[in-house]
Formats: sequence, structure tokens, C-alpha cells
Amino acid sequence: MIYREAGDFKTSYRDDGQTFPIRLDRWGYYAVLAVAFGIIPFLINDYWASAVFVPLLIYAIAALGLNILTGYAGQVSLGTGGFMAVGAYSVYKLMTAFPEISIVIHILLAGGITALVGVLFGLPSLRIKGFYLAVATLAAQFFLVWLFNKVPWFYNYSASGQINAPERTLLGHAVTGPATSAPAKYLICLVFAFVLAWVARNLTRGTLGRKWMAIRDMDIAAEIIGVNPLTAKLSAFAVSSFFVGIAGALLFAVYLGAAEVGEAFGINKSFLVLFMIIIGGLGSIFGSFAGAAFMVLLPVLLKNVLVGSFGWPTNLAAHIELMIVGALIVFFLIVEPHGLARLWALTKEKLRLWPFPH
Amino acid sequence: MDQFFFAAEVVANGLMTGVMYSLVALGFVLIFKASGVFNYAQGVLALFAALTLVGIQQGQIPFADLINAAFGTSLHQFGWTVPAVLAIALTAGVMVLLAFLIEKLVLQHLVGQEPIILFMATIGLAYFLEGLGDVMWGADIKTLDVGLPQGISDAIEGATAEWFGYGFFIDRLDIWATLIAAILVAALVAFAQYTKQGRAMRAVADDHQAALSVGISLRFIWVMVWSIAGFVALVAGIMWGTKSGVQFSLSLIALKALPVLMLGGFTSIPGAIVGGLIIGVGEKLFEFFIGPMVGGATENWFAYVLALVFLVFRPQGLFGERIIERV
Repeated sequence: MIYREAGDFKTSYRDDGQTFPIRLDRWGYYAVLAVAFGIIPFLINDYWASAVFVPLLIYAIAALGLNILTGYAGQVSLGTGGFMAVGAYSVYKLMTAFPEISIVIHILLAGGITALVGVLFGLPSLRIKGFYLAVATLAAQFFLVWLFNKVPWFYNYSASGQINAPERTLLGHAVTGPATSAPAKYLICLVFAFVLAWVARNLTRGTLGRKWMAIRDMDIAAEIIGVNPLTAKLSAFAVSSFFVGIAGALLFAVYLGAAEVGEAFGINKSFLVLFMIIIGGLGSIFGSFAGAAFMVLLPVLLKNVLVGSFGWPTNLAAHIELMIVGALIVFFLIVEPHGLARLWALTKEKLRLWPFPH
Repeated sequence: MDQFFFAAEVVANGLMTGVMYSLVALGFVLIFKASGVFNYAQGVLALFAALTLVGIQQGQIPFADLINAAFGTSLHQFGWTVPAVLAIALTAGVMVLLAFLIEKLVLQHLVGQEPIILFMATIGLAYFLEGLGDVMWGADIKTLDVGLPQGISDAIEGATAEWFGYGFFIDRLDIWATLIAAILVAALVAFAQYTKQGRAMRAVADDHQAALSVGISLRFIWVMVWSIAGFVALVAGIMWGTKSGVQFSLSLIALKALPVLMLGGFTSIPGAIVGGLIIGVGEKLFEFFIGPMVGGATENWFAYVLALVFLVFRPQGLFGERIIERV
């Protein structure tokens, strides 16, 4: 009854083009922001930060990045793990080389470096399309992981081959390193996720986003109407890699603290992020968050139920978890190939007509 | 001169590894041609087949861990062992059943979806099968022995030592695997070329609609193709399983088969074979000559980079159908 456009008058083009045209949506959005920024930081403890919120926000950034490339520009990439590794190793090298500069600048620079690497590996996309491109991006995945493993300069010649995040502070609070408090971890990830989601939303509805979507829908047709495929595809790779690089930098510096490249940024990470955007919804900002939430929460939930309630051995539970995740992915694809974002959109359509659907 | 013989030996071993890659790539090509599905689960199919084979052979009770956890029992073995030939036949049966179930439960509901969705579904399937294999048969590393000869071939070493003054080290298992793979490839080509079902399969590959209109059952063809892919996976699983034990890493051979496919073209059976050989030889030679300079383990990525560079010049692969795009 209250979920209506009716009565919400738009008096300028600016109002008309806003992201949430319905008043209730807008309020809901501000309410979520208020809870996320104003309430959760005071309540959060270590378990909730490390099991749920921090990975959720970081993977949401990665999913946003991949969604820009795959969902908006239509270039399937399986190299996400490798690009996250670039972000992580860049931030590590920057942190250790310039300790006096703010960590935020390092993280942004890491994103920039990843963007350059992304453009480099995006070059073949001008010739290769579809599955061939998906497999070609695996070259990035395997080559980058191998590179970070084999060249000692990247991990500062440490004996274990691991990288460890040193402690860095922001406004007097530690945000990386072992002494970081749960609210600090949560807040730095939240700020990055919020700003990047805002950037993504506004990029995708502007000229650049429309070019990407034209390329996705049919690249030859897009070229004919005057979209330059070179700039469109490479900008998609650059922006996407920037996001993914920041996610990788945060994952290493804030969340993991220490990382070994093959384990933390292997091919499974690439698939995980791909699942997030497929389950969440291709070409949707909300979907990136929904998919990340789904894929982060599901294992936590299953583990709690199977190990916590039934008392089954952890390795058996891990295998059953694999089965359930696999089955759910197939189930989702069959029932709703457009993901959670489409389900949400359908619910909203129904709500607008409720309670008189005819 | 020694360097030359070393290189020759590396090439010989690379060729044989290449045949194994081809074998996995063949499974991909068959399914891709007949149903347009890019089947990521092929490697996990091989793992699942090998696990099932070992399980049946050693008389393990399926789902033992699950039953034990749920009912507090401690069952593990039936207490018998099954001869290799019978076990292989039973496993082939399981793979056919699996193909039927996959068609019934997954593919049938996804007809007409975009290729990327089908691809994602097979990744989901891969996760599911990986979990299922572990829950059914346990996750420990198993040794697979179906009576294939193993170890360095003395005959070849002796003969080459006599001819060239340098003995080639070649695993007998590799020779057998090459032979079996060659026979399998020949049989598959003959099947596709000369039998009624094979012709129906090629018809489906050419055009689904036209094939339907002349009375070919798509569902039957799909079950058949997935069964064949399952059987190919079984053979690949036996070879790789005998060589390096049945464990999770077996499923990663699928990732090795992907660049083979790119190189050869997704739709070409000869492409899969030639691509496999090129990549097998290429990565071994690269590791031999360049590997020591850059720290080794280049096999992980060389195949991909080779395929990538190659594709930039020929986007449809060596033998792939020319990609024609229309607006």
C-alpha cells in the first residue's frame, strides 16, 4: 500500500533519474546505511567481523568488479583470483617500501596497478570472444600466481614465501596487522565498499556504462553505432581490475593479514567470485552484494548446522558443504538464471500492485 | 650431443603426456559438439570415475563416513575385492547412470539457456560431484591398480642405448596409455563416422532443430554423449590415477585440457588430438630449456600462454569452424 510511486512528485530531471525512484526504497537505503555505519560498528565482535562482515564486504567489492566486466561489458573472466593477487602483492610492496604514506593511498595505488595489469591481459579480448576469452583469462590466473610464487622480490625474499601485513594506522587506529580491532577492520572495508558501489552505480548508468552494455549485447552492432570497442573493452577491464585489485589488497592487508599466493588467490577464488555474480545477478549492483552475502553466509550456516548441531566430523561436513553449494548453484540456475537481483526485482513489482494485483 | 638426446627424450615423454591431455579434451569436444555445453565437470568426472573404480574394486561401502556419522556405526568394507575387469564394467555402468541423471535433472531444465549459464551449471555440477565422490568413497589418497604395467621400460632403454649410445627412460605405463588412447580415439572416430547413432550425433552437432525434425531424439543423443564422455573420463581416470594416485588433483587435468581445446578448436576431434600433442611437447620442451632460467614449474601456465598467443592470430583455434558473425 505504501510502496508506490504515486504521490512522490519529481520536479526536475535530476529527481527523475535518481537511483531509487520510490520513496520507501530510498528510506530503506538510508536505513541500511545508518545501521551499517552507525550501529554495527559498536556491536561488532571478532567472530562476526572475521566470519561474516569483513569477507562479505571485501567479496562484494570483488563481485562488483567482476560484474562490471562480465555483467555489464559481457567479457567472461576467470582471472579474478590472479588480479586479486596483484592487488595484494602491490599493497604489500607499497606498505613495506613506503611505510610513512597512508594505507588508503597504498590500497588505491594497488587498485591502479591491478588496473594496468588488467588492461594488459584484456588486450586479447579485442580478438578473442566468448569461451575462448574465458579460457584465455585463465592464462592470467595461472601466470600471475606462478609469478608471485617464483620471483622472491614480490615477497621481499621471506623464507616462507608468505607475505605478512605490517601494522599501519589510520586516524590513530590500527587497520592492518594483528592488533587491529574488529570495528576498525569492518569500517575500513565498509567505507571502501560504499564508495566503490557508489562509483560503480554511477559509472554504469553513464556514457561508459551504456557503451559497455552495447558491447555486451552485440559488439559488432555497437561498433556500427559508434562505440569504440577498443576503449570500451579496455576501460571495462581497467575499472573491473581496479575494483578487484582493491578487494585483493583489503583481503590480504585487513582480513587475512598473511597470505600465500597459491592458497589465497588460486583458481577457486576466481570461481567463487564468478558464482557470486551469477547467483546475485549479472549486471546488477545489488546483485553483487546479494551474491557475496549468499556465498559468504552459506558455508558459515552449513558449518554451524552440520558440525555445530549434528556433531559430524569437519571433513565430512566440508564435503557435504561442497555438494550442497554445487547443487544450489545448479538449482538456482534452473529456477532463476538471472539471480537474486531478478527475484528482488520481481518481488518489488508484485509489491507495487499489492494488495490488488489486477 | 647429449643435450640433443635429452631433448629427444623430453619430446617423447611430452608426446605421451599430450596423448593423455587429448583424451580429456576429447570428452569436452564430444559434449560441446553435441549439446553446445562447455563441460567444466569433465575433469571431476574422471576423478569420480577413478574413485568409484577403486571403491568397487576394494569393496568399500559407499557413504560409509556419512552412515557412520549419522548412525554411530563403524562400517568401512564389504570384505571382498572385485576383479579389475568387472569393476571397470560396473564403473562404466555407474557413469552411464550418472549421464542419465545429469540429463534428467540438470540439462533438460536448461534447454535454450545462454551458453554461459550452461557453463556455470557444469561448474556447479563439478562441485557437487567432487563432494559426492568424497562423501561416497572418502577423501584419502588411493592407489589404483588395474594391472597395467608400470616402471621404466627396459626394452626401450636397452634398444636405444644400443643404437644411440644413450638409453631413453620411458615409463611403460605411458606407452600403454598412448596405445589405449590411440585405440579409443580411433574407435570414437569410427563410431561417429560409420554407425547410425554416430551419424545422429553428428546431425545434432550440426543443427539441433534440423536433427529434431528428421526424428532424432535429442534426449537420447545427449544421454549417449554424456555416457561416452563419462567412459572417456573413466579411461582418463584410470591412466592418471594409476600414474599419480587417485586424489583431488586428478580433477585438475580438466584445467590442462582447456588450453588444448583452445588451441585445437572447441568443435574439432582432430584438433583435440593435435592440440594435445603440441601442448604436451611444448610445455615439456619449454620447461626443459627455459624452465631452469626462471625458476621452474612453468608447466602450470605455459599451455595457457601458448594458447593465448596462438588465439590472437587465429581466434577459432587450429581446426575450429570459422566464426562468422552477423548483426
